[in-house]
Amino acid sequence: MAKTRRIEVSALSRVEGEGAIRVTVKGKTVQHVELNIYEPPRFFESFLRGRAIHEVPDITSRICGICPVAYQMSSCHALEKALKLAIPPELRTLRRLLYCGEWIESHALHVYMLHAPDFLGYESGISMAADRRADVERGLRMKKIGNELLGILGGRAIHPINVTVGGFYRAPSRRDLKALLPDLEWGLNAAIETLHFVSNFDFPAFEQSYEFVALKHADEYPMNDGRVVSSEGLDIPVDEYEQHFSERHRPQSTALHSVRLPRETHYLCGPLARLNLCREQLPPIARREADACGTAWPSFNSFKSIVARAVEMIAAFETAIEIIKDYNAEPTQSRVEFTPRAGQGCHATEAPRGLLYHRYRIGDDGLIAEAKIVPPTSQNQGQIEDDLRSFVPSILDCDDAEATRRCEHLIRNYDPCISCATHFLRLTIERHASVDGR
Amino acid sequence: MVERIRLAVFKFASCDGCQLSLLDAEDELLQIAEKVEIAHFLEARTRALEGPYDVALVEGSVTTAHDVERIHDIRKNSRFLVTIGACATAGGIQALRNWANVDEFISQVYAEPTYIQTLATSTPISDHVKVDFELRGCPINTKQLVEVITAFVLGRVPRVPRYSVCIECKRRETVCVAVARGITCLGPVTQAGCGAICPAYRRECFGCFGPKEEPNLVSLTDYYKNNGAPTGQLVRLVRNFNGYAPEFKTASDALEGAAT
Repeated sequence: MAKTRRIEVSALSRVEGEGAIRVTVKGKTVQHVELNIYEPPRFFESFLRGRAIHEVPDITSRICGICPVAYQMSSCHALEKALKLAIPPELRTLRRLLYCGEWIESHALHVYMLHAPDFLGYESGISMAADRRADVERGLRMKKIGNELLGILGGRAIHPINVTVGGFYRAPSRRDLKALLPDLEWGLNAAIETLHFVSNFDFPAFEQSYEFVALKHADEYPMNDGRVVSSEGLDIPVDEYEQHFSERHRPQSTALHSVRLPRETHYLCGPLARLNLCREQLPPIARREADACGTAWPSFNSFKSIVARAVEMIAAFETAIEIIKDYNAEPTQSRVEFTPRAGQGCHATEAPRGLLYHRYRIGDDGLIAEAKIVPPTSQNQGQIEDDLRSFVPSILDCDDAEATRRCEHLIRNYDPCISCATHFLRLTIERHASVDGR
Repeated sequence: MVERIRLAVFKFASCDGCQLSLLDAEDELLQIAEKVEIAHFLEARTRALEGPYDVALVEGSVTTAHDVERIHDIRKNSRFLVTIGACATAGGIQALRNWANVDEFISQVYAEPTYIQTLATSTPISDHVKVDFELRGCPINTKQLVEVITAFVLGRVPRVPRYSVCIECKRRETVCVAVARGITCLGPVTQAGCGAICPAYRRECFGCFGPKEEPNLVSLTDYYKNNGAPTGQLVRLVRNFNGYAPEFKTASDALEGAAT
């Protein structure tokens, strides 16, 4: 009889938040795979009820310390739709600039400190620095520049305070932004070096048939706006998101996770999906470098997400430089004023790790009556498990330490942000054992 | 070689932002890693060394029965236990559940409420074990974190001011938003540490660093009430990331009690 083998990582490292993986193999057959999230629930959607409209971006930023801007942006856009506010183009551009800062700091952290060590055989970026100090220092400096951009526009890098429904509390000064240009120019070159650095990694041959999902905008690489599109031909306005995607709460799984309707299939969102679907919208330098880097796009290998992340860093630096060069007059008003009123609105933006959907209903009292948040990691969760199911048979000859290391590497392809997943939870699998004998 | 102090970072219910602040010390990080043995820091490294630790930095609040066991283990294994951020120090934004019915919260978010295991409250670490130093902030200030680590390496007390945000406003010559613009600002009762950024961006301080030493909440909220601020607005302002800190909790409960 075939022996049952368990591959377990009880505490995933180099991810944001806390999770575990459990894989059960019988002979050569993978019997069970689960990404177990034991990050306790915090109930943001519940305690947002009864809060004032302007408090929402300050509160939702606390869902994630790594991508607070994404939460603020999706909140503001959704609430502005509910309030029927039109945002002037110059404020929209400043929001895009803010998002560039977050993509830079989040991607630099993931590429250099969390993911590159997997490819180069180190347990952390800190250990990697002993042999490759120049590489790690390049990554840290890029991250710092992203944080500085967030500091100027947002007041601080983690949980910025300058973002509000309608725009910004104060527009950034021309002088402060222009002073950052030399660093951003350095960063653009460093991002190109980063692309060369990661393109030389050894990538496992792991082509899968994914459905990629991302926002797509006719004129720009997607951040704040776009239609929701997929590699299977989906092309809808964000307002129809909930007709095509839904969240499931299954006992076998450990979290609310998203599926595509009506087939209940999994899908992939994040840098690889964005680059595969929106390569033509990349700014010129990023486009040129993406085409010359040696990876054929679209890529169906999730290990190549690190390459997509490097391309997006080039795009973010390039876009930031362009916006700041054109920032010659501070906007006359930094925000559009509003009067609280009843209404409903939804919106999605592209967080560093993928699509982030928010929907709000404002009650007659002008306070939040209902909130729904679908973070990128709960959308990727089903796909991560599918990937593990396909990947594990190829590593059965490895000893347990090596097998778990490789599974963790695969999970990090998705840059999972477990703290983000507001409604990830922990559950008792045994609960249903007596009912159907599982 | 002198033995390096052993530092560990642990996470409870939180957004990860405060431990990220250690990675955000881009200029100091590699130097810190040379001076300090980073023995346990799951967000940044796979290698996890067993205790005992000299200093444990604890992020996040206690929200599950398992958390309660875990914090006691960490306490036993650590010479100094330092909480970092509003969640660990005051229960965090998720402590808003402490004023609500958690079963109702669960059924609002989850299709299968029976799968959820959580405590009815979100509580600070100091409700469960002895804490040696509390670093405030939502998020904490990276420079203050580096100061705390440096102080433990050198064996001295960390230098972290306990005065109010108002002092920082005066220092950066920001015009008072409460006086000049009539904005309901928590600066007078909130501990400094952020650099008074919000008033500099023409908005209210909303209390990220929690109550300052001996804050006078009653006097401040009375002043705002007399100037026409609705009670509900003041309750929400105080009942925020540090809303469960005793001084803030007393104030928001009193405001609510007076309104009913």
